[in-house]
Amino acid sequence: MDSSTHPATDTPAKSMTGADIVVNCLNEEKVKFVFGYPGGAVLHIYDALYKQNGFKHILVRHEQAAVHAADAYSRATGDVGVALVTSGPGATNAITGIATAYMDSVPLVVISGQVPVPAIGMDAFQEVDMVGVTRPCVKHNFLVKHVKDIAPTIKKAFFIAKTGRPGPVVVDIPKDITAHVADFIYPKTVEMRSYNPILKGHNGQIKKAVKLLLSAKRPMIYTGGGLVLGNGAAELVKLAKALNFPVTNTLMGLGGYPATDKQFVGMLGMHGTYEANMAMQHCDVLLAVGARFDDRVIGNPKHFTSQKRTIIHIDVDPSSISKRVKVDVPIVGDVHSVLTDMNEILAQEENQHTEIADWWKQINEWRGVESMDYATSDSVIKPQYVIQKLWEVTKGDAYITSDVGQHQMWAAQYYKFDKPRRWINSGGLGTMGVGLPYAMGCQFADKHAQVACVTGEGSIQMNIQELSTCAQYGLPIKVILLNNRYLGMVRQWQEFFYENRYSESYMDSLPDFVKLAESYGHVGMRITNPADVEGALKEAFDKKDKFVFMDFVTDQSENVFPMVENGKGLSEMVLSPMTQSRLKGDQ
Amino acid sequence: MRHIISLLMENEAGALSRVAGLFSARGYNIESLTVAVTEDPTLSRMTIVTSGSDDVIEQIIKQLNKLIDVVKVLDLNDGKHIERELMLVKVKATGVYKDEMKRMCDIFRGRIIDVADNSYTIELTGSCSKLDAFIEAIDRSAILETVRTGASGIGRGDRILKV
Ligand SMILES: Cc1cc2nc3c(=O)[nH]c(=O)nc-3n(C[C@H](O)[C@H](O)[C@H](O)COP(=O)(O)OP(=O)(O)OC[C@H]3O[C@@H](n4cnc5c(N)ncnc54)[C@H](O)[C@@H]3O)c2cc1C
Ligand SMILES: Cc1ncc(C[n+]2csc(CCOP(=O)(O)OP(=O)(O)O)c2C)c(N)n1
Ligand SMILES: [Mg+2]
Repeated sequence: MDSSTHPATDTPAKSMTGADIVVNCLNEEKVKFVFGYPGGAVLHIYDALYKQNGFKHILVRHEQAAVHAADAYSRATGDVGVALVTSGPGATNAITGIATAYMDSVPLVVISGQVPVPAIGMDAFQEVDMVGVTRPCVKHNFLVKHVKDIAPTIKKAFFIAKTGRPGPVVVDIPKDITAHVADFIYPKTVEMRSYNPILKGHNGQIKKAVKLLLSAKRPMIYTGGGLVLGNGAAELVKLAKALNFPVTNTLMGLGGYPATDKQFVGMLGMHGTYEANMAMQHCDVLLAVGARFDDRVIGNPKHFTSQKRTIIHIDVDPSSISKRVKVDVPIVGDVHSVLTDMNEILAQEENQHTEIADWWKQINEWRGVESMDYATSDSVIKPQYVIQKLWEVTKGDAYITSDVGQHQMWAAQYYKFDKPRRWINSGGLGTMGVGLPYAMGCQFADKHAQVACVTGEGSIQMNIQELSTCAQYGLPIKVILLNNRYLGMVRQWQEFFYENRYSESYMDSLPDFVKLAESYGHVGMRITNPADVEGALKEAFDKKDKFVFMDFVTDQSENVFPMVENGKGLSEMVLSPMTQSRLKGDQ
Repeated sequence: MRHIISLLMENEAGALSRVAGLFSARGYNIESLTVAVTEDPTLSRMTIVTSGSDDVIEQIIKQLNKLIDVVKVLDLNDGKHIERELMLVKVKATGVYKDEMKRMCDIFRGRIIDVADNSYTIELTGSCSKLDAFIEAIDRSAILETVRTGASGIGRGDRILKV
């Protein structure tokens, strides 16, 4: 085999079981937390981890949550997240977590137990073809068949997970292999002839891009999850500042550019700001950075491309480039490396400025629409208001996780993220139930940080069992439940597109969340009055060592605006009724 | 447009299913797919015949390259190339068919590799379209069975796909 891992010559080989090898590999990788759940096929590994004191094992209450927590740990720190599950049901429970990480390009190593090698294919107890089942939702996967292959495979798994376009890697290990004995040699480096991601951008292309940027009359910078994943935010800020260009972020890219900066025009896309979408549609030169022209971002692609603009696209994955929209200047490479080169080339240019005052004037007119304005109330709690107050009370410095639905959009729209890796949510797969395990991952990543989980009463119930994990490890997370007694996002679509037929979108028989939280030993609060929102948040965040479950009883009929409806063009947004009538009144 | 894509991949368990899975998951066409180990036992060579617009073919090539086990990908249509497919056809060899089949086999430069009381088995190699032409040329009702390998492709002259 030509793809090889190079053993370290200086470490003397020590003979040990496969299970000890697994544990030693994780410690060699300096893993701090393994999120997992035991079972038959991984009992040897659990015995081995009991006897070590390198990483800490976190016992969740469902394997899905183990993978989500590992995923959030990675999103918050940039390190590879690690989960450990047993074969069969343990492995299948992990699938949603793996697919969620895959869609958002998060580096994970998931170790699953497998039935013993001789039992594979025999419909053995708790057997499932994990490599087959996960193939479409992993960056790569391995079935280890010999004890001597464990260490090189785990080394490769970490390497593949974190390099190039990151993603989850599954390592499936049969139980008998973990009992066999071999010399433990952890390879120092990995070389694979079949896998060599390009990190450095093509110099000629970068020069061309800089020239184009400097020739722009209506420039726009659009950045996505790749900028956050590739730790390129500081370089991007430098570039944007030098050029004085407007910047928008995708849902996954929030925090990649400081939201409180005046060049930031807000999130774009289906629920983006008016100014971001209009600027995206009408720009003449677009710099796309680690973003993949998703259908929820550009709306109808025909409508989007009907407007002529020159597109520069930086992405580490060639298959992201010209996938949905043809680009003019493709730059394959890592955001950090390419942006650094770009800044250097720009600094050498004689004339580093373009005259774009007219463009800013236009953008400021669009800003004047105030598309994020909403009808306030002193009788019923508006969800947007809760998020605004959350931002104030946490001084914009918390880790905010969310579930999926309306509350997710409001969190994205109204919490101003100034730093990358602070906004942790599921964009690509849109997995309800991630919020609480995501908050766990963040709290483990940063034990003293403020961590809030913005959720809905539908979503929180999809992994509510993790309240128990939070109690076991004393995690002082704050749950911000925007309780509208509806699967709100579904209800909104039914209101708009199905003539108010609210088919199965009402959330009946809700638990008393306050009592539920208390039964786990947490603090529960119910807030029904808008006047109490700020005080309650302050009170909760003052309880620095307590998990607080805040049940905000919110306006049931609130909708998310603006909205680009399915099939519509990016500039064909529906604005909130209030904004619409204000605009009419203005005229 | 029809494209022939050649690729080299690590000769490892499950590698074929990654390619097949990619095509079905992304809804790409597969006309044929052949695979076998090369002179280097660690490498398999695959020929995939597919069709699609230029954009789709570009995505297919990129997605194949993205598979971790894939070492190299070449779109043979980008230059001069040769394709060959092998077909075995079992035909009736009774009455008028006896001579007729022999004659057609000669015209298409095939070989009769098995003779039984009532049938011949003809071996034929060529481009896919030549094999199609043979099927068209003989009487359909005389065909008892056909089996085709799918195309294998190689670049002409200096176009070499190697690690
Ligand atoms: C209810 C709901 C509503 C939504 N509404 C919106 C919306 O209004 N607006 C919106 O934007 N999204 C929205 N989304 C999210 C949307 O579905 C997509 O997940 C998201 O837009 C994709 O973000 P992205 O383009 O930044 O790509 P990501 O999925 O973050 O992909 C990252 C890209 O960066 C590349 N990359 C990774 N690492 C590097 C590196 N080191 N260097 C270079 N490139 C790298 C990858 O190859 C990839 O192409 C919504 C989701 C849900 C669930
Ligand atoms: C696992 C899963 N199932 C179904 C959906 C479809 N879905 C998207 S949003 C939503 C409603 C979420 O309701 P809730 O958590 O109460 O949030 P709200 O929209 O009310 O804020 C549903 C069902 C999904 N995204 N994920
Ligand atoms: Mg709800």
